[in-house]
Amino acid sequence: MKLTKILPLAAAVIALPSLAVAQEAPAVSDEVVWIFNSLLFLIGGFLVFFMAAGFAMLEGGLVRSKNVTMQMTKNVALFSIAAIMYWLIGYNLMYPLGDWAIEGYFSALFPQVAVLEPVGVALADADDPAYASTGSDYIFQLMFCAATASIVSGALAERIKLWPFLIFVAVLTGFIYPLTASWQWGGGWLSENIGFSDFAGSTVVHACGAAAALAGAIVLGPRVGKYKDGKVNPMPGSNLALATLGMFILWLGWFGFNGGSQLAMGSAGDVADVSRIFSNTNMAAASGAVAALILTQVMYGKPDLTMVLNGALAGLVSITAEPLAPTLGLALLIGAIGGVIVVFTVPLLDKMKIDDVVGAIPVHGFAGIWGTFAVVLTGTSTVGAQVIGMVAIIGATFILSLIVWIILKGIIGIRVSEEDEIAGLDMSEMGMEAYPDFSKG
Amino acid sequence: MEGDGHVKLIIAAIKPFKLEEVREALTGLGVRGMMVTEIKGFGSQSGHTEIYRGAEYAVNFVPKVKLEIVVADAMAEQVVETIAKTAKTDKIGDGKIFTLDVESALRVRTGEANDEAL
Repeated sequence: MKLTKILPLAAAVIALPSLAVAQEAPAVSDEVVWIFNSLLFLIGGFLVFFMAAGFAMLEGGLVRSKNVTMQMTKNVALFSIAAIMYWLIGYNLMYPLGDWAIEGYFSALFPQVAVLEPVGVALADADDPAYASTGSDYIFQLMFCAATASIVSGALAERIKLWPFLIFVAVLTGFIYPLTASWQWGGGWLSENIGFSDFAGSTVVHACGAAAALAGAIVLGPRVGKYKDGKVNPMPGSNLALATLGMFILWLGWFGFNGGSQLAMGSAGDVADVSRIFSNTNMAAASGAVAALILTQVMYGKPDLTMVLNGALAGLVSITAEPLAPTLGLALLIGAIGGVIVVFTVPLLDKMKIDDVVGAIPVHGFAGIWGTFAVVLTGTSTVGAQVIGMVAIIGATFILSLIVWIILKGIIGIRVSEEDEIAGLDMSEMGMEAYPDFSKG
Repeated sequence: MEGDGHVKLIIAAIKPFKLEEVREALTGLGVRGMMVTEIKGFGSQSGHTEIYRGAEYAVNFVPKVKLEIVVADAMAEQVVETIAKTAKTDKIGDGKIFTLDVESALRVRTGEANDEAL
């Protein structure tokens, strides 16, 4: 009883001096804003980094046990290659800072490597004193680039050779993704001239990755025995517990992915916005999962866990283009439609004999397209602008990827032999099994 | 040490969830040992279909448990009846029971033979 009486009093005493100040000037200095913006990027960055683990577990769980070592190797290698390529070419290609070779379209081939601010930089000497530290921006943006490559690895699992895949990753993360992303996030023609709107990358990141994956899946062909005599032959994954863990890790990482994309945390308004984004992101994931759960129960008589996992991820992808403006109710609707899209497009790809092992193209591509359209529902863009943005980024990524895949196929071949594929890539390509104590499945 | 009572081998394929019930019923009869193997197979049921990621597929081989029980001649009929009664669910896929004559049985540790080996 005593405490409750004292507390408001104490609060009033503490608040008194600041009340007078608050009436005059903004409460925080530029340096504090700079610090908090950088902090948002760093927190967002390590959350999005952890999505690499999410992709690895999701894919490791959805491939058969004879291909798990290979899938883990690809995930570690692709992230590491992305980190190097983004430093070498990608970062400056994506953010020309107004210094274009072709205005709005292309910064320059092989611009200089990314350079950090000097040790202990003072705010006055920072690259952008009104924004955030270069290191925080660099590490945050790098994680998005790596996520794009992760999308590709799942779709092409269980039959692609290691090295051609990694060469493609180097091209994708060093050149294709930074190029198309620069059109929007680098101040290029899509953001400046068209008014395309993609908050955290339903199209720029997710549909881009899906387009690269689709091109690869077409050139690569389906797994041996996947489509036989007009029938789809399911190849159940090795570990649905790992796949579920992967989904939850991705869900966690998405708070950084979307929340960090607010790009600012130096005012009450920005922090409120980041909180809105977290809440909407969570809602869309939940409604995507529930939609897939109910729909598979109704359509197939039993719920399909792999679809529920994909449904949650599709909800997340769907809300990524506009996680800020929607109400929680609209976020629920956007995510749920994403979940429905996945349940219908996974079998659709199978009908077209495009073998996407983990459902990356439905989740990141089709739900990404839906999410990009959904921006229009919030009134922050037009259908025309969204269509142009999607056609440009998805189209360019698909065509450039197709060219790279065809060249790789022609020069070194991208697919293992049928015998190696049936034996499993773990033994044929890696010479080690993920689960050596278990018999072959 | 030569036992002269003949023995029979009973092979039963049953539904896995019935294993514990059958074991209890048989030990209640005085059956002192059995061999159990997890198997897959098909009979008149010929498997069934499931759906994975929107694609229907046939489960051609259904999981079953195989019991191999060696008992004295006199007990064989009772054992078969007990398994049949206990494993029965009246639904398709309850399994099959076969009875074979065993030429000889031998306990490794003691050298006891036939029904004395059980």
